[in-house]
Amino acid sequence: MDASAPVLSVQQLDYKYEQQNVLEGVNFTIQQGSFAGLVGPNGSGKTTLIQLILGLLRLQKGTIELFGTPIHKFKNWNKVSFVSQKANTFNRGFPATVYEVVSMGLTGKVGYFRFLNKGHKAQIYRALENVGMREYADRNIGDLSGGQQQRVFIARSLVSQPELLILDEPTVGVDTENVERFYKMLARLNEKEGITLLLVSHDIGTITSYVSDLLCLNKTIHYHGNPSEFHQKSDDELSQFYGHSMHSISHNH
Amino acid sequence: MIESFLEFEFLRNTFYTGLLIGLIAPLLGTFIVVRRLSLIADGLSHVTLSGIAFGLFLEKKIAFLAISPYYTGIGFSIIGAIIIEYLRSVYQSFQEIAIPIILSVGVGLSVIFISLADGFNTDLYAYLFGSVAAVSQQDLYFILGISLFIVAAVIIFYKELFAVSFDEEYARVSGIHAKWIHFLFILLTALAISASIRIVGVLLVSALMTLPVASSIRMAKSFKQAIFYSILFGELSVITGLISGYYFEIPPGGTIVVALALILGIVLFLKSRK
Repeated sequence: MDASAPVLSVQQLDYKYEQQNVLEGVNFTIQQGSFAGLVGPNGSGKTTLIQLILGLLRLQKGTIELFGTPIHKFKNWNKVSFVSQKANTFNRGFPATVYEVVSMGLTGKVGYFRFLNKGHKAQIYRALENVGMREYADRNIGDLSGGQQQRVFIARSLVSQPELLILDEPTVGVDTENVERFYKMLARLNEKEGITLLLVSHDIGTITSYVSDLLCLNKTIHYHGNPSEFHQKSDDELSQFYGHSMHSISHNH
Repeated sequence: MIESFLEFEFLRNTFYTGLLIGLIAPLLGTFIVVRRLSLIADGLSHVTLSGIAFGLFLEKKIAFLAISPYYTGIGFSIIGAIIIEYLRSVYQSFQEIAIPIILSVGVGLSVIFISLADGFNTDLYAYLFGSVAAVSQQDLYFILGISLFIVAAVIIFYKELFAVSFDEEYARVSGIHAKWIHFLFILLTALAISASIRIVGVLLVSALMTLPVASSIRMAKSFKQAIFYSILFGELSVITGLISGYYFEIPPGGTIVVALALILGIVLFLKSRK
């Protein structure tokens, strides 16, 4: 594995569901330590792209490299962690404590035929502390609010000490006043723990003030760069990007 | 009453067997219920019945091939588990369809083998509703072996089983072979069902896997607690069910399920008052 390679590199990526092109010629790289925001309207192919990056869908055309290794050869999955937008649609009646949920994040890393030890326990509490949920460790996960649950799921992803954390619409179900707090917490993780973040959102508003790289996706990457430059260009292009997309979506249906 | 259980050897064997299944059925049942697979136990128990019927048929008609219907039951149950997993992978968007398929084929085969073996007899009645009678030393050791295997497998693969039960997608992304874990799990379930049938019978075995869990998840805060209460309620019901079944000369399947239902009623009542 090449240490200087970007954390993630996507080249000439196409993807089709049956006859419909979902992604076309997607190219971008994410460097270590960045806080990247991937935005795009609903139906722009964000979730498909993430599933390809995580190896949940098979590549059709193009290449994806994680830490310099082509995805089909990539084995080091404990460097990558994922918070699904479905994370908080889990079965709320499930009898599990916050601690137990976070401990799941270590399962793959610790490996088969091994048990969690004291060091792992400390890691679990540290991950909970990082998201400000330590005092909830023994509470039942179903009893928490949506925002608190989302923090727990982030902690579950952090506990394996990943280098790349991918979050798919993590603020769905989090009330608006807590969304800012949530992004601040992510920015702190990025800065203090040095974790590379890839945050996927349909909301271009709030996240631009936190991310270091902005990627606008609608089938292909329309913009990749500094969020402040995007704002300078923008109004016109922004409406073009979103407006155009709305148009094309209604055609596709 | 409990003295007579410990006094006669055959009853003692029944009692120990009961304690073993009171442990393994609710243990696996906790995972089954939280994964919303409660009906799998029913599907597998009916396949086990067809295996037992096949064993009874061999016993009666082809004497030289005769092996205990118990072992043919286990064999069929494991094959049923493999087929359920196969069907679930073929019908990814209709995974629950595997259960009615396997259940109806199980009943169909049972009917065929039962009539080939010249119809109902007392043995079959015991397999359907359970029995306090005659667990041989050999059966007890066999069930002890199965139970040790199940408990060891659950302890060794606890963290994987838990992760796959809570969130299969996440488990897969974090590098767990969810498919294999699931297969191991359903295999353990098949073994537990065939072990439990001796005492609770085919028709009621799924009750011992789901009813104690229904009670426990109303009380438990953590998953480990849920397992603990499930086993506690399972054991209480098996003990009271076996003793009262013996005393009133009723198949223990019935008395155990009534005991489980009483516990559930009490738990629901206490919880609703809070």
